[in-house]
Amino acid sequence: MINEEAVYYSRILTETTLSFHIIYATLGVGVPLMIMIAHWVGIKKNDEHYILLARRWTRGFIITVAVGVVTGTAIGLQLSLLWPNFMELAGNVIALPLFMETFAFFFEAIFLGIYLYTWDRFENQRKHLLLLIPVAIGASFSAVFITIVNAFMNAPQGFDLINGELANVNPIMAMFNPAMPTKVSHVVGTAFMTSAFVLASIAAFRLLRGSNHIYHKKALLLTMKIGLIFSLTSLIVGDLSGKYLAEYQPEKLAAAEWHFETSESAELILLGFMNEDEEIKYAIKIPYALSILAHGSPTAEVIGLDQFAEEDIPPLYIHYLFNIMVVIGMMMIGVSLLFLIGKAKGWSIVESKPYRWLIVLGGPLAIIAIEAGWWLAEVGRQPWILRGIMRTAEGATTSNHVDLMLFLFCGLYLILGVGSVVVLVRMFRMNPVERELMDRKGEVHR
Amino acid sequence: MNLEIIGIIVLWTFLFGYIIVASIDFGAGFFNAYGIFTNKQHILTKIIQRYLSPVWEVTNVFLVFFFVGIVGFFPKTAYYYGTTLLVPVSIAVILLGIRGSYYAFETYGARSHKGYAFMYGLSGLLLPAALSIVLTISEGGFIFIENGNPVLDYMALFMSPLTWSIVVLSLSAVLYISAVFLTWYADKANDTPATELLRRYALIWALPTIITAGGIIYELRFHNADHYEKILSVWWMFLISALLFIGTVWLLWRRKNYGIAFSLLIGQFAFAFYGYGISHYPYLLYPHLTIYDSFTNEAMALSLIIAFIAGLALLIPSLFLLLKLFLFNKDYVRGNSEHKH
Repeated sequence: MINEEAVYYSRILTETTLSFHIIYATLGVGVPLMIMIAHWVGIKKNDEHYILLARRWTRGFIITVAVGVVTGTAIGLQLSLLWPNFMELAGNVIALPLFMETFAFFFEAIFLGIYLYTWDRFENQRKHLLLLIPVAIGASFSAVFITIVNAFMNAPQGFDLINGELANVNPIMAMFNPAMPTKVSHVVGTAFMTSAFVLASIAAFRLLRGSNHIYHKKALLLTMKIGLIFSLTSLIVGDLSGKYLAEYQPEKLAAAEWHFETSESAELILLGFMNEDEEIKYAIKIPYALSILAHGSPTAEVIGLDQFAEEDIPPLYIHYLFNIMVVIGMMMIGVSLLFLIGKAKGWSIVESKPYRWLIVLGGPLAIIAIEAGWWLAEVGRQPWILRGIMRTAEGATTSNHVDLMLFLFCGLYLILGVGSVVVLVRMFRMNPVERELMDRKGEVHR
Repeated sequence: MNLEIIGIIVLWTFLFGYIIVASIDFGAGFFNAYGIFTNKQHILTKIIQRYLSPVWEVTNVFLVFFFVGIVGFFPKTAYYYGTTLLVPVSIAVILLGIRGSYYAFETYGARSHKGYAFMYGLSGLLLPAALSIVLTISEGGFIFIENGNPVLDYMALFMSPLTWSIVVLSLSAVLYISAVFLTWYADKANDTPATELLRRYALIWALPTIITAGGIIYELRFHNADHYEKILSVWWMFLISALLFIGTVWLLWRRKNYGIAFSLLIGQFAFAFYGYGISHYPYLLYPHLTIYDSFTNEAMALSLIIAFIAGLALLIPSLFLLLKLFLFNKDYVRGNSEHKH
């Protein structure tokens, strides 16, 4: 028995929860690494500014962690509440990484609490730095494990289906599925990249708004360096993801690229719009590029949508999402690369107002790219919840109350979103870095 | 011992852990709000904040651990409980969301606000009620199968005296556990006014806790005779539990050894909780679901148990470190160490 309305609202509610959660979750994965690096640089250079940077980032981080934790709890429970049939089936095969994710999270939670409340308890800051290692590891590994679960949904393996019954389950095989290497490295890499650009955008904003303190300049340079490194790794992994899709999920790649007919030497369609008659307008077509993306050879054959039944093709609007993600990614590589070269060569343009505004824009754009990338990945495997095995509608709940829950949760996310922004802004505006540095000076010369 | 039993013991233990730490948390929020509205805030707030700040996130993980674990070990629970619990559990999640985030917003961000404190306290009372519904439903009689899908009968649930007794028990137990713990904590901090006030709360909430606990066993006789019979077969566990309860109250009354009083309380709830669990065996949802017909395949069960042991090897030392640094650190408890954020 499939309850169409419940399926529809379950999809919307899951999408809303995840879209809201990943903003905080991405920062939750990336920021601990940034704090650790800043703390480490501070100790190494014996520079108080970096230590203060680590402190201030941590303080803001707590707020994002809180929202990340509660929305993460929400999605964790919603998996069973909204997709009971899916969880019943998939739980048999994929419970292991789900379970390990909670361990990683537990580990992080314990050490974050300790790190926060022991700022002044250790004489030696190196010891205090050690506490950050489990926080950063826990944060990254929870991303790794939960992404493995998602990778399994795209490329289920590690079991046999015999007459609708599960047999020969192999949890390790299920974890190391073909989608896992590219997905995990892309998710973790882009989380580091996004966090670096979000922090860079804060530093650039402070520099634009009155403060010209060396502290913000140091913060900006550090985060732009980290941002460039991880945006380059994201680019490489993104290319590998294309090759993975061509091999294992050709319908997702074909839909994202509007590649209708199977052909050799396939061209890549960049940007453009599609009208109701499926005619593509205003697109930039790059010859051979899709064949290179898919198989690393300009003449290789790329499978098109003509090879798939109508009901197995994902929505074609994912092309726009793909473009948003790629264009922002490329742009951020350009912005950070130019910034670092400009800094080294002493070009004044990278310290000009418009360029700083561009960096300010980079943070929100990186988050938009994360959202677009996830929507692309998730909508791209429609109509399946477990690709090739269970359709989305078969996994959903039959309850009649999903619409009401959707409204309640939207209310919650509104409160959390507004609340976290207000608190963060107030926290830093009421205590600018200049004042804190003065206070701490007093402390040092005590 | 077979894997099913190991699985359910692991999960039951984590649920017990959650019940204790969450009770302390929920109760503390309530006492804090109550303190503000009765102008006793200056007595309690500092003690409560000092305990809660480093551990609030850890408390939440116990819950996540439990629900991920139960779906892992018993995937069919997702099907039965997932479909039927959409409304009560969603409400609990929303309350948890408001609670957790406001705690962080308040502590690390904005100035204190009466309205938030009130919401924080109120959600601490609504949450145990929303979560305890699951225990009521597991007794059977509220879920029926329609067109092959489980459906929750809300009418029967709301009209049942069993439901309301379990709600009352969860509320008074939360306040009782929390008050006893905080009495001990305040005493360690040498904070006499807070100790006295919390001791009074503990004594007030002791009575309703034990009365409703006894009443529920009596009501089960009519609701689920099978379960009642099994409870009688482990009567000695409930007897030990009752004796430990008397021990706690006596120590509180005599104003001595609050630490021992709290450990007796843990023992009291442990015996009652495991006694209840054992007598519930083998049902996860009476009479539809037992631990045997919902258990995951052997390969998954084994790997979960291995992951669990490896994880605990990591967690127990870390938790120990946390307790040592905060709960059992005299300077921290008394607020002597420097804290600047």
